[in-house]
Amino acid sequence: MTVTPERTRVRWDYSPAPESADHVRLRDAYGVFVGGEFADPRSGASAPTVNPATEEPLADVAVAGPEDIAHAIATARAAQEKWAALPGLERGKYLFRIARLMQERARELAVVETMDGGKPIRESRDIDIPLAAAHFFSYAGWADKLSYGLAGRGAQPLGVVAQIVPWNFPLLMAAWKLAPALACGNAAILKPAETTPLTALLLAEICQEAELPPGVVSILTGDGATGAGLVRAEGIDKVAFTGSTAVGKDIQAALAGRDVGLTLELGGKSANIVFEDAALDQAVEGIVQGIFFNQGHVCCAGSRLLVQESVAEAVEAKLWERMQKLRLGDPLDKNTDVGAVNSGEQLERIETLVAAGEEEGATRRTISCDIPERGHWFAPTMFTAVSPVHRIAVEEIFGPVVSLLTFRTQAEAIEKANNSKYGLAAGIWTDKGGRAFEVASALQAGVVWQNTYNHFDPTAAFGGYKESGFGREGGAAGLRPYVRVR
Amino acid sequence: MRTVRRLPHVDRVAIEERAATLAKRSIKAEAKQQGIRLAVSMLDLTTLEGADTPGKVRQLAAKAVCPAPHRPEVPSCAAVCVYPALVSTAREAVDGTGVQVASVSTAFPAGQSSLAVRLEETREAVAAGADEIDMVISRQAYLAGDDARVVDEIVQVREACGDAHLKVILETAELPSYDHVRHASTIAMEAGADFIKTSTGKAKLGATPGVVLVMLEAIRDYTQRTGRVVGMKPAGGVSTSKQALHMLVLVKETLGDDWLTPERFRIGASSVLNDLLMQYEKGHSGRYGRAEDFSKE
Amino acid sequence: MTPARVAVRKTYKLYVRGAFARSESGRHDPVLDHGSRHVANIARASRKDVRDAVKAARKAQAGWAGKTAYNRGQVLYRAAEALESRSAELAQQAVDLRGAAPAAARDEVAAAVDVLVHYAGWTDKLAAVLGGVNPVAAPFLSFSMPEPTGVVGVVAPEEPELLGLIGALAPALAAGNTVVAICSERWPLAGLDLGEVLAVSDVPAGVVNLLAGRRAELAPALGAHRDLNAIVDAAGDAELGAELDRLAAETVKRVLRIREAGDAREDSLRRLEALTELKTAWHPIGA
Repeated sequence: MTVTPERTRVRWDYSPAPESADHVRLRDAYGVFVGGEFADPRSGASAPTVNPATEEPLADVAVAGPEDIAHAIATARAAQEKWAALPGLERGKYLFRIARLMQERARELAVVETMDGGKPIRESRDIDIPLAAAHFFSYAGWADKLSYGLAGRGAQPLGVVAQIVPWNFPLLMAAWKLAPALACGNAAILKPAETTPLTALLLAEICQEAELPPGVVSILTGDGATGAGLVRAEGIDKVAFTGSTAVGKDIQAALAGRDVGLTLELGGKSANIVFEDAALDQAVEGIVQGIFFNQGHVCCAGSRLLVQESVAEAVEAKLWERMQKLRLGDPLDKNTDVGAVNSGEQLERIETLVAAGEEEGATRRTISCDIPERGHWFAPTMFTAVSPVHRIAVEEIFGPVVSLLTFRTQAEAIEKANNSKYGLAAGIWTDKGGRAFEVASALQAGVVWQNTYNHFDPTAAFGGYKESGFGREGGAAGLRPYVRVR
Repeated sequence: MRTVRRLPHVDRVAIEERAATLAKRSIKAEAKQQGIRLAVSMLDLTTLEGADTPGKVRQLAAKAVCPAPHRPEVPSCAAVCVYPALVSTAREAVDGTGVQVASVSTAFPAGQSSLAVRLEETREAVAAGADEIDMVISRQAYLAGDDARVVDEIVQVREACGDAHLKVILETAELPSYDHVRHASTIAMEAGADFIKTSTGKAKLGATPGVVLVMLEAIRDYTQRTGRVVGMKPAGGVSTSKQALHMLVLVKETLGDDWLTPERFRIGASSVLNDLLMQYEKGHSGRYGRAEDFSKE
Repeated sequence: MTPARVAVRKTYKLYVRGAFARSESGRHDPVLDHGSRHVANIARASRKDVRDAVKAARKAQAGWAGKTAYNRGQVLYRAAEALESRSAELAQQAVDLRGAAPAAARDEVAAAVDVLVHYAGWTDKLAAVLGGVNPVAAPFLSFSMPEPTGVVGVVAPEEPELLGLIGALAPALAAGNTVVAICSERWPLAGLDLGEVLAVSDVPAGVVNLLAGRRAELAPALGAHRDLNAIVDAAGDAELGAELDRLAAETVKRVLRIREAGDAREDSLRRLEALTELKTAWHPIGA
């Protein structure tokens, strides 16, 4: 038999697969949402929110000032008593309505989230929005079961809670904050991040559709000054903040001497630990998921890759090969893996730290890909020859940059992993269950993923140790920050 | 006492998650049309029934040679795949067209005959004109932990193939775990397989995305380590265009663009061809199709 | 003058395996209202129907238990949505059939919807409340988690026919069990209508099976079935209760007795726990 000549090789590429945005209707301008209605901000100020992939403005949103804050607090206070007095089941039913409305409007929310923040549509569509709806659904069910979640003790809501959320998971973080607060009978004032206000404003519309009693939820968009003002305002009973450690410390200091509850969910430099006996191909996938998911704009990102030295070469080679298959580009394209960096400021921060890494002597490898002309982009990057003392191994980069360090023994891995002021998350890759649990017990991290990474669920408590913050979100633990237990 | 085997580690949850994520790749427009043509060119158009006759095989072969007469840019399939008794008919039907003749052998699908019989069957099929032999590993040996026997049989069948290429069917549905799929893939390659293949198509499950991904990863490591290229063939369970294109995505994103060729990747199927042609037509006409517009053999 | 429109009257069938079927026995029973007026016929279930229903429930159980708790919660919530959408009709039916006072009838249906909402919110919380990590005095990770007991039989009370039935089967479903239920004998229509509500609520076929007929015939048949894991006795009949207890002893079935139809929400944890099994597992902590 003759061997057939090789057929012509075809280069098969994916065609553009844009998610359509023409069913999305955004207003030209949004006011503040207080007392169940949108209104022009009393501050008189507004600012555009911009699509970071195209640098085009999407809408104008209010920049709330001190008068808006005071007004929101008063309105919330007035509504909170009746809200808390409702039977738990009835409160829960409002939250169930919100969850269902989020599911009905899922596609619109996903497209807006991507346009406003820059993350790939595949992530907004498959992760952010479904989890946000699920969070409301889950906490809806707690509203009439609080005593079961609080060890049978009677609980009172705190009152009016101020909640500040970041730009990396705008709607999801809003859900993580609002759902438990409302389930427990509090009224909430939410301040979305400056660069990503839109899905919170759509959530306000959903609250209207659900006929949530006016005043129970307020949305005050604005900038850093708005958040700072909210935290320092009179009449709030609690602050919940997710964002940078620096601002978190600032808030904690600002609340000194005041009887205001506080929970913080801050930064991280989480260790993703790969042992010799791990399923290596899956570990590599988990590394990618850990640091390139959402462009690395994740507080619990696995940004420090700790690999057992005996498999470091293999992991590095596989990781590099895998990174080159990441598709960077238009966030609205369904095949995009890596979207836009959220803002010019964030891009600058990433570039500064990456430059520091190169200066410090680490070896940088960045995948080559077509970078769009407009917008903010950073291509997935790996650093090797990294020492624990390097800035790129210590400071949170909050971008698609992974630093690879090695270790020899389990004890060394644990020591290195814990050697950080942060303590948010960690990953452990091993085939041995006993090792997974032993290392998990030893890590100073609030979330430990074993043979996986970046999985979230409304029932699974999430939060940090040390300077990654305190307080938990998710599960019964997520109720406790929002009640006073008798 | 036989040495107890050490299995490689594969994480089931992670593998299935990865395979599912890759199913979300959106293949539209020109990419879809091109992908469909590519998939057609990779088909081993198969008939393996007790009721197969020369007439049936000739009709199948004609379809494999020219699947879409009114769309000349749609290529021939890679091969026809038949039982040994029908190899000479198939050979005659495809001679000169570039379409290969693949024959199953080794007491397909169960493999429960003596080695002597299985080798003789292989030699007969090759003599009758088979370009490729699809053998089954002895699950009897594998599940009893006798890896040495599994490997030895593959080596002997490879020898009996002569110039014909050997595809080794693992029958993944009968293997206990993904760890075993990876392990069996590796020992089959070390024993000289030219292709590793998921299934006979006769078991309950065929080529699931998870199994295909595990085997592609096994090939990646083996080829990297030894420099020898081994091909992959999913069979059974690929009945829609969507599934076929998903297979191409798995190959592209695991092994790379170099592997998107019938020399290195085949799909063992029959009914998927008409679905591919139907989707191809829709790509041209914009209309959702119907079965009657495509010939059935 | 146009003649009066002839109404299309409803056939009431059993709800088994996700479909509506007559009894395999072909028998029927007339349904009389509170004034002994004939209102409808229902299919009168037989022991063989009980057998088929249990078979269907067993077949569906692994799939239902295998769904995420979130998914089960969504299905129960959807059932609440569907029931709410028919609340006016079902309330009116109680007035016409049983002679209930309109306000009380409306309250009963509303309460039934609220029971479904309440249990929809339990599905993803049961593990946290009933289970947990056990701090054993040895280097092991030990955890206990609740699992569904399996196939649950339900004998509903005569009244309130809708609320009583839902209060008995919602806990079973929320915990991941599948159900074979015997509806109120005197007022069976609401129970059979519940089949329609469930059929539009993404409840997989076989997860809930609803039978109507003679309780004295069906309840012992159900209680004696060896492939039932638990029986929920909401019938409120001491003699029947004792018989069900005796039958349960043959295969060590779990028995949940419900005496008060009205406190399905207050009594929820007791009902849920009775229909779960707690599994404790241990794994070494050590590399």
